[in-house]
Amino acid sequence: MTMHPILAALRKHKAGVVLISLQIALTLAIVCNAVFIIGQRVERVNRPTGLDENDLFLVTQQWVGAPSGDDPAGVEKLDVMQREDLAALRNLPDVASVAPSNSVPLLNSSWTGSLSLKPADTLGKGNPRTAYYFTDEQAMTTLGLHLVAGRAFNAGDVQHQGARDQRDRPVVIVTQALADKLFPQGNAVGKVIYSDGSAAPSTIIGVVARLQIPSTGSFGNDFAWYSTLVPTRLDASFARYVVRAKPGRRDAAMHAVPAALYAVNPMRVLDDDESVKSFADIRASAYRADVGMAILMGVVCLILLCVTAAGIVGLTSFWVGQRHRQIGVRRALGARKIDILHYFQIENLLIAGGGVVLGVLLAVGLNTWLMTHYEMTRIPLLYVVTGVLAMLAIGQAAVFVPARRASNVPPVEATRAA
Amino acid sequence: MFAYYLELAIRSLRRSPGLTALMVLTIAFGVAASMTTYSVFRAVSGDPIPWKSAKLFVPQIDNWGPNGRGSDGEPPNAMDYNDAITLMRDHRAKLQSAMYQISPSIVPADASKHPINVSGHAVYSEFFPMLDVPFLYGSGWSADDDTQRAAVVVISSKLNQKLFGGSNSVGKTVNIEGKDYRVVGVLNDWNPQPRFFDVVNSGGFSTGVEDVFLPFQRAITVGIPNDGNTNCNAVPTESGFVGLQHSACVWIAYMAELDDTAAATAYKQYLDGYAHDLQQSGHFGWAPNNRLRDLPHWLDNQHVVPSDTKVSLLVALGLLLACLVNTAGLLLAKFLRRSSEIGVRRALGAPRLAIYAQFLTEASIIGLAGGVLGLMLTGVGVVSVGWVLPKDIAALARVDFSLLTLTLLVAVIATTLAGLYPTFRASRVQPAWQLKSN
Repeated sequence: MTMHPILAALRKHKAGVVLISLQIALTLAIVCNAVFIIGQRVERVNRPTGLDENDLFLVTQQWVGAPSGDDPAGVEKLDVMQREDLAALRNLPDVASVAPSNSVPLLNSSWTGSLSLKPADTLGKGNPRTAYYFTDEQAMTTLGLHLVAGRAFNAGDVQHQGARDQRDRPVVIVTQALADKLFPQGNAVGKVIYSDGSAAPSTIIGVVARLQIPSTGSFGNDFAWYSTLVPTRLDASFARYVVRAKPGRRDAAMHAVPAALYAVNPMRVLDDDESVKSFADIRASAYRADVGMAILMGVVCLILLCVTAAGIVGLTSFWVGQRHRQIGVRRALGARKIDILHYFQIENLLIAGGGVVLGVLLAVGLNTWLMTHYEMTRIPLLYVVTGVLAMLAIGQAAVFVPARRASNVPPVEATRAA
Repeated sequence: MFAYYLELAIRSLRRSPGLTALMVLTIAFGVAASMTTYSVFRAVSGDPIPWKSAKLFVPQIDNWGPNGRGSDGEPPNAMDYNDAITLMRDHRAKLQSAMYQISPSIVPADASKHPINVSGHAVYSEFFPMLDVPFLYGSGWSADDDTQRAAVVVISSKLNQKLFGGSNSVGKTVNIEGKDYRVVGVLNDWNPQPRFFDVVNSGGFSTGVEDVFLPFQRAITVGIPNDGNTNCNAVPTESGFVGLQHSACVWIAYMAELDDTAAATAYKQYLDGYAHDLQQSGHFGWAPNNRLRDLPHWLDNQHVVPSDTKVSLLVALGLLLACLVNTAGLLLAKFLRRSSEIGVRRALGAPRLAIYAQFLTEASIIGLAGGVLGLMLTGVGVVSVGWVLPKDIAALARVDFSLLTLTLLVAVIATTLAGLYPTFRASRVQPAWQLKSN
């Protein structure tokens, strides 16, 4: 089939052709960027924290009338209270293990600092940032971390300190990502590092495969995998305990926690909703904005694609109705049904083709604009190519019904008045 | 005449119910998507204190120097203890308050109840008049209470309900962190969003309520620690909360009321003079690099409106635009199909203007129908965002009269605009040509 009659016909209703191409272009531009946003969010939400998240929950509690932790005597008293709590939790029948920790991944409450290879180095200046987890010898089993080199903490490594004090950290465990950053040649175990511009050395005794930092905000993007474990209980008027329940017993263990802790000491704040929180809930609230954005973008895409498909059906139906007589003439002159069908399909391909060319430009333009104004990266070519193919496919699908109706126009139409 | 066009339009729309339904649905979905995202955007970008925001200023002092600045050269967005206290002592603004976020425990008088945890701020007495904080009972405390470090507290109506059953509790005592405080005031419902007086620690929006306000110096004296962000450019040399007060770590929010430009200029000069003095005395090894922004600029600078909200609105407006282009295409097809009818009307003496009136009436009826359906879909949309968006943001989005009016207006005006070109084409129909071809 030659293109000439199709092009000539398109020239007859320029305005309609321009409008439908423009719509396809806008749809492509918006859908590409929206799907790209969805892809980014899904990728973010699916990154593993490095924890074994099943059966894990977090207890956050605050003592009332406790010492401030600003003087050594107060710190000792708080540490006794914390160890009593830990012992009570570890004795619960459904609990497998418990570790104190100032935070957990995705909690968005963090203590961050910076590590260097030289003592008393200035902060920043190319030294990697890190988030500290202050915990004890049960951290590895409780969090479900995977040790890839060196050894885990033992009870002899564990110290305690006031939460706002600075104390030397003789031994630490770092993540593989942080070890690679500090010691690109490998073999981080046994090496010495200095934290937060301190002159006191810390020896790396172990390396874990992966452990995300608590922050999920843009602030943490640069060091999301640079975690450091410090074998120290922090003593303050509040404390957090990470609890691993026995397999499948998480809810029962969570339920037993408040009574067990009140039995140790009733003068504490233990809020029902917030104080005992499963890791699944922590994950859900950390990523709620991302999941919400992905759903919103998904709904917009769905509406847009439906509207565009319906628009193509509507406009093509109208054109078919308008050209009834011409179709009849062509059929009478020997055109087969399939020729009429192909005519409308090729016409749609031309219109959609024009639309997607403009659409690709708009999509890249919109992406560039979003990059300059918001945190957005360059849209990969794959998204654009997939979008183009999808738009062309939707165009063909939408045009099929009216085109088939056109192909069923009988040749006798030629003899009737328009 | 309008009634006649209305009748014509309705008759025409009835003739092709499928196409009409398609256009109405397109407009409805386009309008509903943009109005839903707009309701969220409107909620988070609103001015929390519109009658006074231009007079409220947030000073920033560059106490870290060039190494502590961001890539944009901005000084820290909070203050260290020393600077905040000096500014309070110098008292150069009409009203001012340093403040920090606290999260103390409260022990109910009823011994059978467990202690509860509340959030709030340690502030100065001028906080309440400066921010026009509404009181249900009593009032804030006095400047004397500030200096005396008095054990007084202002509580929220929610906490008053919980502790005192909602009765006038002024003069009664509340046990905070194991010490008794005398209630001097109970707030009326006050939950400004964003938490403009301390966006650094609240992150802008909050689902919680500010339950307690204590005198700043009282909270410092009894050692109620800060419960928010603490940023340090160097590790504090002393330990504990006292060590934090002696350090250059920033953790205190500050706000000042300056009633006119002259006052703002004078205050900025004062800030620079203060930093200059510190440079002269060798405390600062750099030239003054302070900022003094009024509240709207401060909220903008701190990116209080989440970028997701802006991107969503933008994408939804793009959707609306695509829907309008779609409607324009369908209207064009529909109007030109009636070329012969137009030809007859023109031949019988109808002027172009009459054709315009007739077809724009038809377009606006589609817009109105789309708008009404869009209203319902917007209602569904606003309820649905409550399920998918973060609670602190979603809780703010609501349907009200102005949103309803705007939805209808946007639908009608946008559809009429989309109908302009098709109508223009319809009005150019040559009567002679149409009559002949029939």
